[in-house]
Amino acid sequence: MSTKTTAAETMAGQYCTFFIDAKLYGIDVNEVQEVIVHQEMTPAPLAPPAVRGLINLRGQVVIAIDLRTVLGLASLADAELATNIVIGSDGGAVSLLVDEIGDVLDLDSGFEPPPRTLKGPHRHLVRAVCRLPDCVLHILDVNAAIAVQR
Amino acid sequence: MDGTEPEEGIDNEILQEFLVESFENMAQLDLDLVALEEAPDDAERLRSVFRTVHTIKGVSGFLGFEALEKVAHAGESLLARVRDGELALTPPRSSALFALVDVLKAILTHIEGAGREGERDDSELIALLETLSCEDNARAPGPAPVPVPEAVPVPEAVPVAETVPEAVPVPEAVPVPEAVPVPEAAAGALRSGTAGTAWTAPAWHLGPETPGPEPVASTPPQPTPAPAPVASVAEARPGVADAHVRVDVGVLDEMMDLVGELVLARNQILQHVSSQSDSPLTAPTQRLNLITSELQERVMKTRMQPILNVWSLFPRTVRDLAVACGKQVRLELEGQDTELDRTIIEAIRDPLTHLVRNSVDHGIELPEDRVAAGKPAQGRLLLRAFHEGGRVNIEMIDDGAGIDIERVRRTAVERRLVGADKAAALTDREVVDLLFVPGFSTAPAVTNISGRGVGMDVVKTNIEKIGGVIDITTGPGQGTSVTIKIPLTLAIIPALLVTSGGQRYALPQVNLLELVRLDESTGSHVEYVGGVPVYRLRGRLLPLVDLAEQLGGPPTTAAETTIVVVQSDGQAFGLIVDDVHDTEEIVVKPLGEQLKGIPALAGVTIMGDGRVALILDVTGLAHQAGLTAGAEQALGASAAGPVEAQADGTTVEPLLLVMVGGSQLALPQVNVDRIEEVPASAVERAGDYDAVQYRGTIMPLVHLSDYVAGGAGSGAVAAAAAAAAAASLQVVVVNKSAGQRLGLVVDNVVDIVEGYSAPVRSTARHGTLGSAIVAGHITDVVDIDALGGSQGGRWGTVGSLQPGAAA
Repeated sequence: MSTKTTAAETMAGQYCTFFIDAKLYGIDVNEVQEVIVHQEMTPAPLAPPAVRGLINLRGQVVIAIDLRTVLGLASLADAELATNIVIGSDGGAVSLLVDEIGDVLDLDSGFEPPPRTLKGPHRHLVRAVCRLPDCVLHILDVNAAIAVQR
Repeated sequence: MDGTEPEEGIDNEILQEFLVESFENMAQLDLDLVALEEAPDDAERLRSVFRTVHTIKGVSGFLGFEALEKVAHAGESLLARVRDGELALTPPRSSALFALVDVLKAILTHIEGAGREGERDDSELIALLETLSCEDNARAPGPAPVPVPEAVPVPEAVPVAETVPEAVPVPEAVPVPEAVPVPEAAAGALRSGTAGTAWTAPAWHLGPETPGPEPVASTPPQPTPAPAPVASVAEARPGVADAHVRVDVGVLDEMMDLVGELVLARNQILQHVSSQSDSPLTAPTQRLNLITSELQERVMKTRMQPILNVWSLFPRTVRDLAVACGKQVRLELEGQDTELDRTIIEAIRDPLTHLVRNSVDHGIELPEDRVAAGKPAQGRLLLRAFHEGGRVNIEMIDDGAGIDIERVRRTAVERRLVGADKAAALTDREVVDLLFVPGFSTAPAVTNISGRGVGMDVVKTNIEKIGGVIDITTGPGQGTSVTIKIPLTLAIIPALLVTSGGQRYALPQVNLLELVRLDESTGSHVEYVGGVPVYRLRGRLLPLVDLAEQLGGPPTTAAETTIVVVQSDGQAFGLIVDDVHDTEEIVVKPLGEQLKGIPALAGVTIMGDGRVALILDVTGLAHQAGLTAGAEQALGASAAGPVEAQADGTTVEPLLLVMVGGSQLALPQVNVDRIEEVPASAVERAGDYDAVQYRGTIMPLVHLSDYVAGGAGSGAVAAAAAAAAAASLQVVVVNKSAGQRLGLVVDNVVDIVEGYSAPVRSTARHGTLGSAIVAGHITDVVDIDALGGSQGGRWGTVGSLQPGAAA
């Protein structure tokens, strides 16, 4: 959040991008274990609202977190087939549900700290933004995104 | 074995093996020494102790650990003379040997951590050992200053020397791959060691050994086929080294995980193949099925450890404790080879230690008290383990004083865990259960051994965490016996699959009692007490919990009701589910970070069809549903008020039946003082509650109609209206446990009954102990103590229940 522009070069790298609500987001590609198509899920009752369900990923149980809920948006219906971005976190693998997967972008400039006027969930989730030719990329803090609120 | 490894890893590997072996040997030493205190003439055991110390000395000399060698040597000298019958194993000598074990352990621990011995001064102990080994039998129990084991420097106290790297000059000395005549090398190291006064033992009896007579000194040392010096260490225990391989626990855990995956894949294939008839895969699938099951069993077996791994600590613990308490205790172990999964071994270590300490500290009496009670001065503590029905039973039986039921009762009242009259009515068994209530401890004084208030409740929680149950039986003067039943493993458990809200869940079989299906034809149905569902199961009311509702969904609305009767904390309740499927062996996987801390969920598993299913935690569900919310409530199921369940399931404590607002209520008759008729005009308003003057005191009135109506307000209004209409009130005068009197306003008194089934604590409403079947009707039993309240702030409860009276 308090990242200054001097961080530009440390921010340089590859970003896995995806769309939520027609906006472009990105996370460090090193965090990503794999991207898989929509999976059938077992709902997890009593779980925090952002936990959409549980997926069997080749014998590994993966918790699916709906990024839309995390960002304060309405969830997609099941039929709309969200894509899973699987993150290998310390507490076991976690999948982030996104609307649509984008490209992996190689970025080395254009980073800026997020505007101070950011409100709502974006305020603690957006680590930085990056100016792209036609839009702005929101770079998310993955750990903050998967540390779901009860 | 390991000796054939490439050169560079050798010294470290030898060191590791040495440490592992030595730590094991230390545990064995403790066991043996304690046993020797009992039977100082056990020649075989003496030899075993001697061999162990001797081996440590030999190998440490070989590896260049001088301090270790010196101490071991001093001990060995003493042991040699004791073994040869020149000296008796007197208490001072035993104590010195225990001190020796402590010092050896301390040095070994230091080596393990720092890779070297560190600088230390054990001259005092060495001098002591030498003094003790010089005395002859006549002066044996001499006045030599005997350090108690506690006085020995502990590892933390050892100053770390920066200057001892040369202490490990191993590599050159060990051209391992060749068949080095290691015993000789070791023996040579021994002979050149510090001058021993009574070095009589053949230093070279390191070879493979028979448990028979002493190897004769003239027997030439046989270089063992396994050339590594470590092998000679292993042979301190005959034959083990040939048949066993050390495997890293991490590897076993990984294997277990992989087998778990294999089981899942097997289940999927089975499901697929069984859905098609005539598949060419049918036969191979059957074989796969069998092989997988066997593999699973074997791999599980590799993780099994004998319970002795935990128990081996206890002889020493018991001995030290007994010495500290001035007691005499003989510890007996039975079934020490009984095997358990290592995760479970870890989990029971602390609870068992706690129980053993408890038993010695509180259970077994002082020798003079025992003699006075006509028992042998030496107390007996028996630990027994055995398999039974796929579970392991562990029993701890002492012949001590037993649990003082009356003291437990008094303490429970003092600690306000139960009311005085309730406590008086509890059966002995129920009183014993009070020990498991958090914060309970009967120790009159907090000793440094036990009695710090964290006690049996923690033990119980830990046992239940691994799916076990604990039970205590005791009799005054007859000792106490604690039985623990635990599963063999936690990784793969049998579970019942149920559906609720369209999803499958796994219920661990350990919690399962029975299944009940209700439909039109059975004629029985769910009844409601104060809005919560109950079911009459063989004459008793079983509280029901709707699983779908507990999981946050809409209530179950199937035409037939399926009830899974489960048990948690010794209390049975029914889970309403949509449907029940098979039982299946499931592989328990942990919940992810985001799902931790949800009490109703125990884990996840992957089903045969590849989908994920949640494993339910029955205890958590019960808590969530309010079934075991507090200590007293947990007791409430069996110990609700002054009613004692008889063996046949009925109770005989009389109840006064009253009618209030069209419902029948029952009051425990022991609380009922008198039945009075009070003129309505005598009711006075005092503060925010109604009261009458009764025998010179102010007696608050409670309108039971408030409780019947289920909510404040309406009932009170009706009662006030009824009171206004009637010229007089029927008042049942009751005594609360605190000695306070209350007047209960009822419509009329019906009867006094004696036979009824014990009350069941359903998801209890305020003011009731539960419900019972009385004369064919479900009747709430009023909890007198919960009415009105006797302490300051609780008067407000009475007032708030009858705002109508103020209106």
